[in-house]
Amino acid sequence: MKVEIKKEKEVKHHLSKWIREDRWPHIWCSGCGIGIAMSSMLYAFEELNLDPKEIAIVSGIGCSGRVAGYVKVDSYHTTHGRAIPFAIGLKIAKPNMKVIVFSGDGDLISIGGNHFIHAARRNFDLICICVNNFNYGMTGGQFGPTTPHEAITTTTPYGNFEYPFNLPYLAASAGATFVARWTVLHAYYLRQSIKKALKRKGFSFIEVISPCPTGFGRPNKIGEAIDEMKYYKEKSVIKNGVDPKEAELSFRGGNIIVGEFIEVDKPSYIEILKENLEKIKEV
Amino acid sequence: MKTKILAGTHYMLGDHACAEGAIAAGCRFFAGYPITPSTEIAEWIARRLPKFGGVYIQMEDELASMAAIIGASCGGIKSMTATSGPGMSLMMENIGLAVMLEVPCVIVNVQRGAPSTGLPTLVGQGDVMQAKWGSHGDYEIVAYAPNSCQEMFDLTVEAFNTAEKYRIPVIILADEAVGHLREKVVIPDEKEIKIVEREKPDVSPEEYLPYKGDGNLVPKMALAGEGYFVHMTGLTHDERGYPDITGEAHERLVRRLIDKIQKNKEKIIKYEEIETDDAEILLVSYGITARSSLKAVQILRKEGIKAGLFRLITIWPFPYERIEELSRKVSKIVVPEINSGQIRGEVLKAIKSNLPVVGVNKLGGDLITPYEIIEKVKEK
Ligand SMILES: Cc1ncc(C[n+]2csc(CCOP(=O)(O)OP(=O)(O)O)c2C)c(N)n1
Ligand code: SF4
Repeated sequence: MKVEIKKEKEVKHHLSKWIREDRWPHIWCSGCGIGIAMSSMLYAFEELNLDPKEIAIVSGIGCSGRVAGYVKVDSYHTTHGRAIPFAIGLKIAKPNMKVIVFSGDGDLISIGGNHFIHAARRNFDLICICVNNFNYGMTGGQFGPTTPHEAITTTTPYGNFEYPFNLPYLAASAGATFVARWTVLHAYYLRQSIKKALKRKGFSFIEVISPCPTGFGRPNKIGEAIDEMKYYKEKSVIKNGVDPKEAELSFRGGNIIVGEFIEVDKPSYIEILKENLEKIKEV
Repeated sequence: MKTKILAGTHYMLGDHACAEGAIAAGCRFFAGYPITPSTEIAEWIARRLPKFGGVYIQMEDELASMAAIIGASCGGIKSMTATSGPGMSLMMENIGLAVMLEVPCVIVNVQRGAPSTGLPTLVGQGDVMQAKWGSHGDYEIVAYAPNSCQEMFDLTVEAFNTAEKYRIPVIILADEAVGHLREKVVIPDEKEIKIVEREKPDVSPEEYLPYKGDGNLVPKMALAGEGYFVHMTGLTHDERGYPDITGEAHERLVRRLIDKIQKNKEKIIKYEEIETDDAEILLVSYGITARSSLKAVQILRKEGIKAGLFRLITIWPFPYERIEELSRKVSKIVVPEINSGQIRGEVLKAIKSNLPVVGVNKLGGDLITPYEIIEKVKEK
């Protein structure tokens, strides 16, 4: 018997203008949260009606770092940890572009930790989106500086005896002028925060807590992708404006404080640079 | 009034001549981290560059400095960093990135005694092999070895031009002695300085293949913000710039990266020959040591010994063919260098006979004197 399969009409995704469709399918595992973080950013571009020519994305290395390759803007997939300094050079060359650093927690906070605090200190004009999946996804689930105390990873088989960073607190104390944290389950709020960051100057830091069923959920017996999603959803408490010091994450049982924590006005690096260059030229 | 480069005759520090050369070549972004004996380059740039509308940024370390100059160059600004041994080691991963992304930029390494922190204020020429092999994987690189303050200026201009022309990182492999030397430097008028700019795509974004290197193997470079929506990745990639980690794609890409230098090496390689026509003894030397070698040749000639000097100006690519040719006419080659014999190995690689190739090597942070060279020349 011959079965006829009706060919579905090709429907274009309404964000397709922002995606390098010729690179599909992507490499991410099913149930991974990186795609939601990325699409939240694309929605923000779309809703702000941005011109793709105005945007550049710089990533380091890791599953989260692959975002640069999927978005149809000028995009740079650099070396592990160095997305921020690369982006600094690019932004100085192209001050009118919105330069977004999109990378993982290992990339930005471990190997790139020094660049991160200095970019925040300089209030350098970057939008830094950090996907925190509590482990190193790409290399197969090792622990890092965001891995919760006692969590199991491939390199903490007896439980992590170190304590993790509270990223919003780190960013704020180093000088970031916009600091937010959401989980990928808060896609709407995440999009609003990204929009806010796109409209402002200075160093904006957005932490996005994301499930990594492959590297983190499974060894820690959180369950399947959907269970990790549910877990984050249940534990999240929105507390806008709270002192990031109080937004410490705790593993097993503790709440996940999310929200927009910091928004202060301070001259940004590029503003100060422009002003100084003008002054120097006059001398 | 527009700020101008310092055309005219000056009594100038080598490091400063290098910095002024960068400005003359069109460098408008410098990211660096202070380290002896290269710091005077950063200091000069920090004072001069803003007057040209350029930006000096002191990054948190050398890893950041190297990454920043690549980023700025992707935005279309000619960029440079300067460092010395320990900093050079930190830059190596991203020098590989610049090779792979094909981003023009210039890296100055004012060498000092090493390994490790070594001899911060004393001369060394031990980073010759690092310049070629320091980053991981197979690649070709261009490195210049200035031997005077004048060349600190001239070769810096040349380095920028070569970087732009071939879309590569170019290294200036100076040494502490030339960096800290103070002597006459003649800076030409701005309009007399030949400046090369990278080629931009002449097709629409739809037709543009960012990594298609036809003709001279160098792809045309679209900058950020021009609507070409480039994707650059350090992963092995195809002509669209998309990751393709097949063996075939790797072979094609890496072969082209090597070929674009190897097949153009006649145009890139620079050297100087002094009294080599009738030479029976050949000295091969570079950087500050070439000046002692020249003196040695002059003294030897006076004594009736037919010595000649082959001075490397580009250390990489290495002029194997020319050295092989010269080796057929001489009875001995002497290679003075302030390391344990790095270039001597290349000379041995170049020659086909079993001609004696003798090193004059020193590791103490001191210059090699003409008399130490003469001694080796006369040694039976
Ligand atoms: C210098 C260097 N060290 C180590 C690696 C290996 N490496 C690749 S991705 C990665 C960790 C990525 O973790 P994260 O940034 O959290 O991203 P994720 O994959 O979890 O999204 C590491 C260590 C590398 N590529 N380069
Ligand atoms: S390993 Fe984790 S972070 Fe990487 S794609 Fe899979 S789920 Fe996502």
